[in-house]
Amino acid sequence: MPNHSSWSRKVFLVFNFIFLAFISLLCLMPIIHILAISFSSGNAAAAGKVTLWPVDFTTAAYDNVFGKPEYLRAFWVSIKRVVLGTSISMLLTIVTAYPLSKDTSQFRLRTWYAWVFVFTILFSGGLVPMYLTVKSLGMLDSIWALVLPGAVPVFNVILLLNFYRNLPKELEESSRIDGASHFTTLWKIYVPLSLPALATTGLFTIVGHWNSWFDGILYMNHPENYPLQSFLQSIIIKNDFRFLKAENVELMIKLSDRTSKAAQIFVAAFPILIVYPFLQRFFIKGIVMGSVKE
Amino acid sequence: MIEVSPSFYTEKHCEVKGMSGLTRMFKKEWPLHIMLLPGLIIVLIFSYIPMAGIMMAFQKYMPNKGLFGSPFIGMKNFRLLMEYPDIGQIFFNTIFIAVMKIIAGLIVPITIAILLNELRKEWVKRTFQTLVYLPHFLSWVLLSGILIDILSPSSGILNQVLGLFGIKPIFFLGSNSWFPYVMVLSDVWKEFGFGTIVYLAALTNINPSLYEAAQIDGASRIKQIFHITLPGMMPIIILMLTLSIGNVLNAGFDQIFNMYSPPVYESADIIDTFVYRMGIQQAQFGFATAVGLLKSVVSFILISCSYVLAYRVANYRIF
Repeated sequence: MPNHSSWSRKVFLVFNFIFLAFISLLCLMPIIHILAISFSSGNAAAAGKVTLWPVDFTTAAYDNVFGKPEYLRAFWVSIKRVVLGTSISMLLTIVTAYPLSKDTSQFRLRTWYAWVFVFTILFSGGLVPMYLTVKSLGMLDSIWALVLPGAVPVFNVILLLNFYRNLPKELEESSRIDGASHFTTLWKIYVPLSLPALATTGLFTIVGHWNSWFDGILYMNHPENYPLQSFLQSIIIKNDFRFLKAENVELMIKLSDRTSKAAQIFVAAFPILIVYPFLQRFFIKGIVMGSVKE
Repeated sequence: MIEVSPSFYTEKHCEVKGMSGLTRMFKKEWPLHIMLLPGLIIVLIFSYIPMAGIMMAFQKYMPNKGLFGSPFIGMKNFRLLMEYPDIGQIFFNTIFIAVMKIIAGLIVPITIAILLNELRKEWVKRTFQTLVYLPHFLSWVLLSGILIDILSPSSGILNQVLGLFGIKPIFFLGSNSWFPYVMVLSDVWKEFGFGTIVYLAALTNINPSLYEAAQIDGASRIKQIFHITLPGMMPIIILMLTLSIGNVLNAGFDQIFNMYSPPVYESADIIDTFVYRMGIQQAQFGFATAVGLLKSVVSFILISCSYVLAYRVANYRIF
């Protein structure tokens, strides 16, 4: 690079670094701010003294949160739905993507089937018919209402089937010649080879289940069946904000326990903060493979 | 649709000669059908049965009489919709917020991707990347909780900082002139990092010898960005723009629902929040289904057009 020592280039590199560092901090600082509030005393938080470091350090808010049986129960419902939902979804994704990745010469109805699945992302019955369907199946207040309606994530199926199609055809042919059935071929050859793509789709399914809140609000009549995010939606957001007049909102925010809200938010965000940086390599690969095709 | 490739005529098929085409096909392909069965059942129950529920849009739906017992009233729900006083505003809000999000959601990730690509140390680049993805992985419930705290007019940190410059507290989430822009900005903040992934991938695919040639010709860095980097990214930019057409009616239910309040309905109410309030909270099932159906149909047309366009322009196929 003959240019790299020029004066203007150096200035640009320094400014670019500073700018990107600023942008990155902008993404991190709100979380740190909430973390700092959660470890501060109620008075310091209410007085607005906390910025990025706890004032009058205390873990009272966390004692409060973990002492609340409602919070722990909601946490447990969330864990249940993540485990149950992710296993069912992943199994269905693997098994659905395999036949759809075949050529029409191998599987003649392939295109027809593919459209049956793709049509569901293009068009939907809408909120009310969906709700009434789940209701008439008797699934209200059951964990299955959170797991089954989205059990076939069509985008993930597409991502995985595109991955399968890029695997060398010879692998499948040789295993079929050796007498392996489709099920064996899928399980012994396709699944081990598609681990990066499975990690990607798995990550998104886990995060998706952990983060969904609306289905909880919609399908659960009793708040004790709420998963964590629905619980937080009703505690942190609905109670204090939506049903109040503008003048009261300020008062309520002052009075409400700001530190314990912050602690609840942080505890709910914590599992994701831990998991996502490690899977970065996989998900970048997976997204790029799934979305950019030639 | 059904092609017959040369591999179709192999020994395997000769064995089962004499059977009809359908039986032959079934003999060979049945495991593939079995594999699809569980997924098909799920999709049938949770996607196609609700589609039949669209009938409600043309009914005066009564829960005790059900879908087949409720009386049909033709287009009356749609006429009611047209006469609803706020409906114009609701459609305007939806499109206004969604289009601003699409535009900002295109420009910001492209810019950041180009700047990230200029960083020379790989670990610095990766650290920054990891940080900017972070908000994407958090739900709007948590982010709304955080934003409501930060933007609070009394104790929020943003208003405190503005106070240092002598600016009076602004009630960002309670003011109709601020609300839509806060939605767009916070959405960009949440998603831009994730959006850079695709563009960074496109950047690494640009042939490095193009830059070398440009340097030999004495082109400045800025010129290189405009004459090599951007044209090199053009196919993917056009593709992303085309695919975003399908989102013109998606202004972001999760986000707005968690941050709006009755005083800002005028600027914040979108089709999805309106359907929820009408359908689930006020139990006007037929009317809400009609509104939802209108949105589904328009979205369907837009998404289909965007896929056709993406196929024509960028040779993009979904499967």
